[in-house]
Order: sequence, then structure tokens, then C-alpha cells
Amino acid sequence: MEKAGIPVVQITSAVPIAKMVGSNRVVLGHGIVHVTGDASLSPEDEKELRRELVKKALNALQSTDKQG
Amino acid sequence: MRVVHYLNQFYGGLGGEAKAGVPLETREGAVGPGRLLEQVLGEGTKVVTTLVCGDNYAVEHQAEVTASVVEKVREARADLFVAGPCFEAGRYGMAAGALCSAVRSALGVPVITGMAEENPGADLYREALYIIDSGRSAAKMRDVLIKMASLGRKLVNKVPIGLPTEEGYLRRGLIRDQFVTKTAATRLVDMLVAKVKGEAFESEMVATSFEPIPMPPAVKDLSKAKLMLVTDGGLVPKGNPDKIEGMAATRWGAYRIEGLDDLSGEDYEISHGGYDPRFVQEDPDRLVPLDAVREMEKRGMIGKLHPEFISTSGLANPLSNTRRMGKEMVEKVKQEGVDAVILTST
Repeated sequence: MEKAGIPVVQITSAVPIAKMVGSNRVVLGHGIVHVTGDASLSPEDEKELRRELVKKALNALQSTDKQG
Repeated sequence: MRVVHYLNQFYGGLGGEAKAGVPLETREGAVGPGRLLEQVLGEGTKVVTTLVCGDNYAVEHQAEVTASVVEKVREARADLFVAGPCFEAGRYGMAAGALCSAVRSALGVPVITGMAEENPGADLYREALYIIDSGRSAAKMRDVLIKMASLGRKLVNKVPIGLPTEEGYLRRGLIRDQFVTKTAATRLVDMLVAKVKGEAFESEMVATSFEPIPMPPAVKDLSKAKLMLVTDGGLVPKGNPDKIEGMAATRWGAYRIEGLDDLSGEDYEISHGGYDPRFVQEDPDRLVPLDAVREMEKRGMIGKLHPEFISTSGLANPLSNTRRMGKEMVEKVKQEGVDAVILTST
């Protein structure tokens, strides 16, 4: 999609793979098995964690600094 | 065997860069490297028509040139279409790839070309076509033509095609079954022993290199942008309606999420054989963060969230598959007027 000029932010815990394939905007996810969550947190804390991750992703979309 | 041969202005004998604007010309019989091609193809082969076009003209008028070339190949009742070899010449390679691809799909005529691995035409067409690795040096013309002739003949005669190293073509990223007599463990130890002894061995895993992708521009005003959620973590509605495979997926799907503020595990399942899916099954927002994104849409931080998310399964997938699916997704994303994408990957 990036090749087609569409801004993409990738949230992933496998950052080296994302970089290897050429992703320009990468945000470190919270684990392979729950990229945007954490079962060990309370539902409220988990949602807050997800908000933070999404905010980071949105910031990356609005920037042209190499992310990740 | 009747052959139609495509050459650029240089190999067609018209001249160098000054003649790169020359439109498509048709010549009867073989021209330049075509004479050698005829020779190496052997008895009973004739280059009936040679098509010559300037490199700039071919790239600037691709649709017109493609249509004329297809027509000429049809008229010539060709058994084989040969383009180049193009070595490192980029525009030549792009034209050769486009023409081979068009001739094969429009007429079903076998096609063969040759390029250096660094040629941008190779990047674009190596998965779709057999491209003989020509190297950079035109001094190797004869060797390259011999390989092109041999593979071209096999394609015409529908003879099974060997591996890239046997036939001399650029790896296409295809995977196929093969019977072997030694188990993986034995082969691995053999390779290791050879490596330690400093002997030659051939790895079965060829590392793929990825060319850099230019960074798309930043989203100027997110509060007016349409955002889409995409995942390769294999989240699909219960029952997996598109039958997306959990490994080496050949399919992807787009699933409605309009009116939903939160994803519930009861409505979804995970088709992905590469990670423990229990946590995402319990709460799919852990993979597709709909709840958080929806909040931000409501607060006006995001213009609009597209009413579907796209999903496929990213595991042990040949690049030819993933690139095709990526292109299909791009079409969808463009059609829907999506400005930016959040991709979540396991």
C-alpha cells in the first residue's frame, strides 16, 4: 500500500520484520499474541494501553520522520 | 517455429539515445541479435518479424505500442515471442516485460526475455515471466541468447521447466513440490559439514531482498481523513466466510464494522496458524483496536473510520501471493477513498 502512496502505520511486535520488508511507519506493539492489548491488565488499564498505542500510530501517520 | 523478436532502437540498428523517440517499426526477418537468435534456435526456426522501437517512445506510448505489437505477433502467427535481451537498460527492460506480458495474455503465445537482475523491468515482471538472467554485459550476448532459445523452445514444446539455476532465469518466487531422497535433517547436517570444511553447498532458503519503499506523505489533517483498519492476524467473522487459510493464505476479506463500538469474541474467530489466538479470541480489539479508534472518531480526532476492516493471515506466505493480495487491497482502499491505514501485525 505504501508503494501505491497510501500512508500506512504498522503496529507490530516484530519490528525487525516490518523494517525488513520496508515499512516506513512502525509502532512497537504490545506482544505478538495481543498486539493492541494485554490480558494481564484490568479492562480499564488495557483500554488505556490501546488508546496510547492508537495515538502513537496516529501521530506516526501525521509525521514524515522514519518511525520505529 | 515462427518467432517474432522485439528490439530497442540501439540493437535494432537505428542508433543510440538520439533515436530513442522513434516509433515502432516493423522489419521482415531477423535484425542484429535476431540473426544470432535464429542460429541458436536451430534448424526449422525463422525470425519472421522484428519489431524495433525507441526506448522513450515505448515507455511514453506504452498502450499504443503494446496494442500494435500484439497485433503484429498475431498477424505473424508466431509460435514464440522474444524480447531483448535488455541487460541493464531500464526502459528497454520495462518495455520488454510489458510486451511479453501482454502478448502472452492476449494471444497465449509463449514469451521469453532476458535482463540483468538490477533492471527495473526485472523487479516488475520476474514473478510473471521467465526472464533469463543476462548479467550486465552485452558481451555475453551469445550465452544469453542460447539460454533464452533453450527455455523458449521448452515453453513452445510445453516441456517441464527446470529450476532457475538449471535454466538460468531469475527466481520467480514460485514454490513447487519435489521428491527428495534425504530428509531435511540429513540435508542440513550435510550442508553444515560442507560449510565447516569450507566446501561449496547450496542453501535451500534464499534470502529475499526487498527494495526500499518511498515513504508516503504525512496525513495533513487527520480530523478530515478516512482511516481504515487492516490486519494480517487472521481475524475473521465466525465461520470464516471467505475461507481464508491459516497459513500461506491466498485470500483476504473485508468485514463490516459499522455501528460497532467494540468487537466481541463471540462473533469472530482467528484463522492463523502462527500464534496463540486465545487472547484475541477473548477480545478481538487486542488485534483490531476498534474500540479505541471508534472513540477517537467520536471525539473528532479522525474524520471517519471506514465501515469495514480488511483481514488476511500473514504466515509462511510466498511473496507472489502477498504481493498480489497487496495490490488487490490497494485497489479496494483507493476505490473507497481511504486516506490512511492502521495495519496491525502479529
